[in-house]
Amino acid sequence: MKTEKKKSKKIKQDILILILILFITIIVILSFPDKKEKIITNGWNFFIEMISILPAVMILTGLFNVFISKENIVKYLGKAAGLKAIMFGIIMGSLPTGPLYVAFPLAAALLKKGARISCIIAFLSAWACIKIPQEMVEIQFLGIKFMALRLVLTIIFVIIMGLIIEKLIERRGTNI
Amino acid sequence: MNKTAIFINAFAFLCLIIAFLKNKEKTKQALKIAVKSFVRILPTIIIIIMLIGLLMGLVPQKHISKIIGEQAGIMGVIIVAIMGTFLHIPSLISFPLAASLLKNGASLTSVAVFITTLTMIGIVTLPLEIKILGKKMAILRNLLSFIIAIIIGIIIGAIL
Repeated sequence: MKTEKKKSKKIKQDILILILILFITIIVILSFPDKKEKIITNGWNFFIEMISILPAVMILTGLFNVFISKENIVKYLGKAAGLKAIMFGIIMGSLPTGPLYVAFPLAAALLKKGARISCIIAFLSAWACIKIPQEMVEIQFLGIKFMALRLVLTIIFVIIMGLIIEKLIERRGTNI
Repeated sequence: MNKTAIFINAFAFLCLIIAFLKNKEKTKQALKIAVKSFVRILPTIIIIIMLIGLLMGLVPQKHISKIIGEQAGIMGVIIVAIMGTFLHIPSLISFPLAASLLKNGASLTSVAVFITTLTMIGIVTLPLEIKILGKKMAILRNLLSFIIAIIIGIIIGAIL
């Protein structure tokens, strides 16, 4: 109930900002008529690019949300070991969708189950920035080369980061 | 529609059919979530798109490239990294925003750093992260994410 209220408040807030920006845009266009065409064409082009993929992205998000159960993720990840566990963490983190704060309790559950810290960091980072529907939006706007390179680099560095954090935390004892 | 858009739509359609054959009820539920999140994100998308229009129409290219372009150097990269850290906008929307900055003179490095810090680091969610995962882990994760975002950006700028 509380979150529903929060959500509707957030939507109201968004619409308020939308009206404000619309107002500003109209004023700007009226006061700089020579910029009118540039502003409208640019905005319109981006709108078309976005709207041509947005429904598909949302459908994929919805499907991942429903078909990938969060309990299973915790179950599988709690058992995995070694470097495999880290890779597994990345894959598992990249599948379901939802805001990052949904992943925190899952990560805490994994920690309790005895999963490696590096695996949990990999899981959280993948949840935050590797999402299949989002990668598609990235291809649409920034090109496949950019997306692929950023993805590969992110995976590599997330693994390194996970190992570093694991070392740092374990060396200072396990009181986290 | 460009090739990418066609591919994405085809992929989503294919997944939808497979899901529907597997489990009708769950698929219906997924579509409901899809419609809801579409409606929820639409105002934000229109806001960002109008901002992009204004940005591209009003701010001359040389200003953008001076602040976050090739010649801005490491300071420009740090500025976008901090921007990405504190801004709290859905990552979905960061891509058109990044593309518009890129078209207007931002460097590839800045754009990659911006997207990476925006998605990986959450200042808004940090208190919750600390509460659930502990101070050490949460702060280390966010801090190191900031550093690796910059490294990733620099490598992307060097390769592409």
